Amino acid sequence: MKNAMLIDAADNVVVAIEPIQKGGPVEYDKNGELCTLTALEDITIYHKLACRDIPKGEPVVKYGQHIGSAVTEIKAGQHVHVHNVESHSENF
Amino acid sequence: MTFFGYERPDGRVGVRNYVLILPASVCASDTTRIIAQQVNGAVTFNNQQGCSQVESDQQLTMDVMAGYAANPNIYGTVVVSLGCENCQMDLVVKAIQERTNKPLRQVIIQEVGGTLKAVDIAVRYAKEMAAEASLLQKKEFPMSELIIGTECGGSDPTSGLAANPVIGEMSDRIVADGGCSILSETTEFIGAEHILAKRAASPEVHDRILEIVRRYEKALRLVGEEVREGNPSPGNKAGGITTLEEKSLGCIHKGGHSPVMAVYDYAKQVKAKSGLVIMDTPGNDPSSVAAMAAGGAQVIVFSSGRGSPTGNPIVPVIKITGNKLTFAKMEDNIDLDASPLIYGEKTLDELGGELYELVRQVACGRQTKAEALGFTEMAIARVCNYV
Repeated sequence: MKNAMLIDAADNVVVAIEPIQKGGPVEYDKNGELCTLTALEDITIYHKLACRDIPKGEPVVKYGQHIGSAVTEIKAGQHVHVHNVESHSENF
Repeated sequence: MTFFGYERPDGRVGVRNYVLILPASVCASDTTRIIAQQVNGAVTFNNQQGCSQVESDQQLTMDVMAGYAANPNIYGTVVVSLGCENCQMDLVVKAIQERTNKPLRQVIIQEVGGTLKAVDIAVRYAKEMAAEASLLQKKEFPMSELIIGTECGGSDPTSGLAANPVIGEMSDRIVADGGCSILSETTEFIGAEHILAKRAASPEVHDRILEIVRRYEKALRLVGEEVREGNPSPGNKAGGITTLEEKSLGCIHKGGHSPVMAVYDYAKQVKAKSGLVIMDTPGNDPSSVAAMAAGGAQVIVFSSGRGSPTGNPIVPVIKITGNKLTFAKMEDNIDLDASPLIYGEKTLDELGGELYELVRQVACGRQTKAEALGFTEMAIARVCNYV
């Protein structure tokens, strides 16, 4: 059962659309193809988890846009939130 | 599509038919409350400003007062001032008359001999106006007469996933009808301003979008503060929003995909039938909704993932959530559930159509949940401290 959503193909996070348990499957759709990974932590409904490894300092991408940068390395399946992401001004 | 509304002498069309008892300052607000309680069909609000303000700060208050009186949901206005405040009666009356020629009466508390005499006079004026207002028959108008204000508050990730895209779809339909939709909340463009600026209809509008964002950040830095300190809020974060950029990228979905035709300063008069426009307002909901109402919006559409109760004294506020748990818990506060979009049970087209029809019905008189609860709390934005 799909329990997560990838908003943009460029994103490195997906949004949990159901509560997800540690060790459980995370299933989401990417361009019509079902993708699966394993949750490394409990994920609250509507919170984010990494769908790819995100190295420290790299941008966190949601909606195809930068929403901040990783303050530590984030593994695919880990919760992505205020504890491991930092907001930063970008000069547009 | 059409709706049934009230034609005003200035050519605008209202969706409600209230008499406004307008307090020119905080010192008249208790009095206007007493007056409005005596008159069926009268509305008022608690004006916390109107005195001891520097010019730029007072201008925001003046624009909200004049804009409220001119809003087409108002039949006519009784202005009540104390007498000695900075927002002097003649200034308030002039500001209103620059925007509209609708019925207008004035009562100055210190001149007529105190609260009870002012209440007596103002209640008689207001009853007369309410009686005239009751004679108006609604007429059929095209949807292009509507100015829709869009707002998000108590956001969570479902706002960007469902509720705001559904508002955006409704907004695009209003624009396609030849109407006007206002995208607000400058603080919540931060991190997404480059996307909005690309949608500007002209180089001037492009530059203005970037300018209002920089101006807002600079104003907070002048008092040694950073916009990111208070935004996202604790509730946004508990819901799963991590950064202001993430919140903003969700927020701007309310503007749909139409080009941005103009940028308005806080509470300034918006030109009807002008497509998608931006108004420079705070992320704070009651003061942002007030600015769009002052700009002439007849209806506000408001998304909330956490569940916001915000209403407004003169404009119906429609609530929509993308969070299925919030809708189940707070159905008494929320008009439309957009969560079926997340779960693939309904399409954006279907839900956009449902919201558009709800806007049409509310324009025809259907009560929103916030109206049914009698919620009217509002705020007026500030530039700085009192003097």
